[in-house]
Amino acid sequence: MTLLDERKTAEEEAVSPKLERRARRRESWRGFFHAAPAYVYLTFFFVLPLLIIFVFSFASRSNTGKPLLENWNLDSWTRLVDPLVRTIAVRSLTMAIANTVLCLIIAYPFAYWIATRAKQRTRTLLLIAVLIPFWSNFLVRTYAWRMLLDSDGYITQFGELTGLWGRMLFTQPAVFIGLVYGYLPFMVLPLYAALERMDWGLVEAGRDLYASGSKAFRKITLPLSKPGIIAGSILVFIPSLGAYVTPDILGGAKTNLLGNLIVTQFQAARNWPFGSALSGAILIVMLVATMIYFRTGGRTI
Amino acid sequence: MTTLHQGAATRPRLDRSLTIWGWLVFAFLYLPILIVVVFSFSGSESVGRWGGFSLRWYEQMFANEQLMNALENSIVVALISTAVATVLGTAAALSLDRYRRWIGRGAFDGLLYLPVIIPDVTMAVMLLLWFTSTDVVELGRGSITLAHIAFNISFVAIVVRARLAHMDPLMEDAAADLYANRWQAFRRVTLPLIMPGVLGGALLALTLSLDDVVITSFVQGPGSTTLPVYVFGLIRRTVTPVINAVSTLMIAVSMVLVLASLTFQNRTGRRTESKERNQ
Repeated sequence: MTLLDERKTAEEEAVSPKLERRARRRESWRGFFHAAPAYVYLTFFFVLPLLIIFVFSFASRSNTGKPLLENWNLDSWTRLVDPLVRTIAVRSLTMAIANTVLCLIIAYPFAYWIATRAKQRTRTLLLIAVLIPFWSNFLVRTYAWRMLLDSDGYITQFGELTGLWGRMLFTQPAVFIGLVYGYLPFMVLPLYAALERMDWGLVEAGRDLYASGSKAFRKITLPLSKPGIIAGSILVFIPSLGAYVTPDILGGAKTNLLGNLIVTQFQAARNWPFGSALSGAILIVMLVATMIYFRTGGRTI
Repeated sequence: MTTLHQGAATRPRLDRSLTIWGWLVFAFLYLPILIVVVFSFSGSESVGRWGGFSLRWYEQMFANEQLMNALENSIVVALISTAVATVLGTAAALSLDRYRRWIGRGAFDGLLYLPVIIPDVTMAVMLLLWFTSTDVVELGRGSITLAHIAFNISFVAIVVRARLAHMDPLMEDAAADLYANRWQAFRRVTLPLIMPGVLGGALLALTLSLDDVVITSFVQGPGSTTLPVYVFGLIRRTVTPVINAVSTLMIAVSMVLVLASLTFQNRTGRRTESKERNQ
């Protein structure tokens, strides 16, 4: 609805409420028709598949491993509190939170630096330099760390030379490094977007009113960049909670995370109902985390 | 313009530490990629040892039939899924930005964001369950394409919507006043104005489709493996410098796509400051 339309319909309303209602209904149908193809598509290839996870999570498993849509039971869900599963879940959650926090710590000063470069040209060039790793293949970027952390990799050689660390590949720290490296660009971009469109005149005003540099930052810059912090944290936390490629390539068999546990259920273990229950659980955690974060998140940062 | 951000960094010492930090982060982001690229040109059998300049891994890559087949699958899937997702996603963005009230709008708005934030593994699992239990389509290129469209619609819609939010809707009214019908107004006014967004969304969709490993590996069938999934298998099974060569190829493609995207974004004028409706 645009201004002119509104004025027109307001006139029509005075003349005939029926005509106005009809115009509004037609407008409503137009909106619906534009959305319809995507709506139908996503219903068929997103919403219904999403629901089917929960159907399968109550199914049972035949001896061949094929899921049977009969003998409905809660076994898969009760297995979620199994100590082994719990250990993996706690490890995944810790990794995801630590990864989000570390990405935020690394990315904030970095995004701030880019956003406050005075010259537009420099800023654009720096932004392009950030976008390239963001668009580069995630798998390739993870593979790079496999090279670096393997026995003849540069990081391992450096660690051995200084006596600080040995071969890190297939350990938990390796997975952690991979996660930080993989998801860092997802934190940088929303932070940059928020800081870039910020009105820096406000900071200047604060400084003019004798706020110290750090106070101006805490009271003005930080709150104004909150949307970026929230968006970035969600973009890092959720995929790292379900991470599969990184732990698989850098963690080997030792560092199992939820993502690997799920994939195993669909491949080697052939326990689809349990895999579905795990996916369903992650989905619920994800939705709850997103909602909590959107509602209260900003204030605590 | 040069004084725009003066309030931010007036202290030289802070400024210097920020600069050092900035370049350190850039080093962290780029050195690993750079090492992969450099070693793709090494003649040594060992993945991480320099053995003189050589293109043998590239030769092996192009001679590898399975790999080339996977590349072909990747390209076909990426092109089709991008084309479909761009049309559907753009229409979806228009429906949300241009029409404020229609049945199911709120639900659609939320639904559109879900495929973006859902973990890959979850989406992979649900689509596998869906395809195997409905029997509508055999697992193969078709199912991979359908899956890619499903996540790409959302990304296109978000990018286009951001562009629409910056567009002045009075432009369309002006066209209407000059007796353009709805289609003409869209074709001649709206579409050219949001074109950078549409192309940007399409390139993002193309990239995401070319990059996807987890979802594709779940919904693929025999012979329909895409390049990243094939490479993922290679990385797990063996250590061979051919992976470096493929990786370099993939990085080169992403760089081309980023630069193309940025060119499109900048070509049709800088974003107008008129409307800041997002966020």
